[in-house]
Amino acid sequence: MGFSLSRMVSDLKIYGKSSLRSREGFFFTLVFPIILILLFGAIFSGGGASQSTVYVQNHDTGPVGATFISALNSTSNYCSTSSGAGLCMRPVPADLNFSQYLSSKSASDGIIIPANFSLAFESGQKVNVTVFGNPSSTASAVVSGIVAEVVNGFNLHGATGVHQVGITPRTAVSSNYKYIDFLVPGLVGFAALTSPMFAMVNISSTYRRDKVFKLLSLTPLTKTEWLLSKIIWYVGTTAVSFMLMAAVGVYAFGAHIALNWGIGIFLVLGPFFFVSLGMLVGSVSNTPEAASVVGNLVTFPMMFLSGTFFPVSSMPKYLQGIAHVLPLYYMIDGLNEVMIYGNFGAAYFDMAVLLGISVVVFALAVRFFRWRED
Amino acid sequence: MPAIEVSGLKKKYGDIQAVDGTSFSVDEGEVFSLLGPNGAGKTTTIEILEGLRNKDSGTAKVLGLDPWESGYELHKRIGVIPQGFKFLDYPTPREALSYYGALFGRKVDPDELLRRVILDDASNVWFQNLSGGQKQKLGMALSLVNDPQVVFLDEPTTGLDPQARRAVWEVVRKLKDEGRTVMLTTHYLEEAEELADRVAIMKHGKIVAMGTTAEIESKFGSGQRMVVKGGDDLLKYLRESTRLHAEGGAGSITIFLRDKSDAMVALGAIEESGAAWEDLTVRRDSLEDVFLKLVGEGGSIEKGVE
Repeated sequence: MGFSLSRMVSDLKIYGKSSLRSREGFFFTLVFPIILILLFGAIFSGGGASQSTVYVQNHDTGPVGATFISALNSTSNYCSTSSGAGLCMRPVPADLNFSQYLSSKSASDGIIIPANFSLAFESGQKVNVTVFGNPSSTASAVVSGIVAEVVNGFNLHGATGVHQVGITPRTAVSSNYKYIDFLVPGLVGFAALTSPMFAMVNISSTYRRDKVFKLLSLTPLTKTEWLLSKIIWYVGTTAVSFMLMAAVGVYAFGAHIALNWGIGIFLVLGPFFFVSLGMLVGSVSNTPEAASVVGNLVTFPMMFLSGTFFPVSSMPKYLQGIAHVLPLYYMIDGLNEVMIYGNFGAAYFDMAVLLGISVVVFALAVRFFRWRED
Repeated sequence: MPAIEVSGLKKKYGDIQAVDGTSFSVDEGEVFSLLGPNGAGKTTTIEILEGLRNKDSGTAKVLGLDPWESGYELHKRIGVIPQGFKFLDYPTPREALSYYGALFGRKVDPDELLRRVILDDASNVWFQNLSGGQKQKLGMALSLVNDPQVVFLDEPTTGLDPQARRAVWEVVRKLKDEGRTVMLTTHYLEEAEELADRVAIMKHGKIVAMGTTAEIESKFGSGQRMVVKGGDDLLKYLRESTRLHAEGGAGSITIFLRDKSDAMVALGAIEESGAAWEDLTVRRDSLEDVFLKLVGEGGSIEKGVE
């Protein structure tokens, strides 16, 4: 039979035209992604100031360092309150590397009180506390404001009355991520899951009912060409969804997105997998009803547990365990790694997992979906 | 070599023997019709020939090829409209034809094909907005894209209004004129009589009669009959005074005629009886009479136009 590029392109053209002319296709490709990001962006990014954790490392053995910390605590210590904005001070043991500790917590706000703090303060020498922060983060701005207040208080009550205590600002290695930063990759994954899955489950039953598969089987078009054309189409729609969501995320909510080729890989692998999975689900189900039930059973857990709306790391441990067997997790995790952290090492693993399962599911889909009946 | 050859074909779905040992052959350029009530096995038979279904046993050859084994080769040489033809909702007939042409690797002129099936007035209408007849005509146009030697039409006019049906018939006649072999299933007698060179009547998966409509009528029909309105006294007189076979009831008497002299005898006897009579007619079994006799009155046959 062979593979014919021109047959595949013809199929892609007619399917694409059909999809764009149908209201659902238009809605799910262009309107739905914008609604999603606007909705979730507005719900979770509006009002901003939430509790942030500030890590404090005290190298000072004298009393002044401790006084400084208790002054910070009295200004603003909200660790115990579950709601409300504010800072939560968390002590860090003096023997740890502070920068590394911050990045291990994916945090950017921290304060170091130097070892000679008491001595210098009491002897009237100038001394600086180091404040870590992310210049672009509002939380960091709040932290440095509070520290500056406490420093001012110290200077007013200090031995010489001059500006004895200073601040050394430092930019934290890991930047402070906002919810919207996680939301963009999550919702891109959501779009890559839902649009192809629902479309393919629907196609597999309506084409069978309307005998469109039979009709196609009477032409030289092969199943592989047909399925590839659907994959290419949904790679395209997912890319459009990505661009729309990223644009809204960046311009409406100030999301930070690193654009790189890694994103492209995931935008291909995600739809590749979910088109194949949708077709496999539709093919192994005998009736349209069964296909829809199985489709929903496969889709819904993934929709909520793969880090679409919330980072997986914020979920309870047992749910994280479940997330790790869901294919969408690897797409969203990979997108997080390349779009937010720029951590390609971790992303390669996600790519490998996605590619592996995509090839297997694609092969199974081509194997099990039948144009004609025995 | 016949275009289609079927022998001892069998197909079972669960406990239902859908096709039960049918045999027939169709010559090149012939229009052959499978006629039968719903569930007689027509669609199963035609789908096996199209390579859409596998058979259980027997042989089926189309253009010398086994349709299931060599479907991919065969499909380049045949044209098919599945029963209740449907396409994607949004392409227009012109786009659908260009698409089909590309799949077959053929340069097609969509407008010329649309003219041939009398659909050029709707060439840019989305498929979902076409009428039933227009959809069916698009199906015919698509089946012609690859210039097929054999065209399979599975109930091409079911559900169409009389005008649309006649338009489809027009196209089928053109196909015959072009020398193509046409196999057609239908449950409309009129359609088979209009279009087919030969007819096979199917019932419960078996062919119960086959031949030209005239052959079937003379073989399975009852010959000439004289029908006259009259009472029991007339029936009694006919039975007692002639050797004619007569049946009656509800004020109507049927006399079965073997030859011309039977007719003369019957006429004379009716006149001599002195009984009251009127509305005398002589008729022959139509294909419809034969059909009803063969598949039974409950055969859910649809007569003429809906």
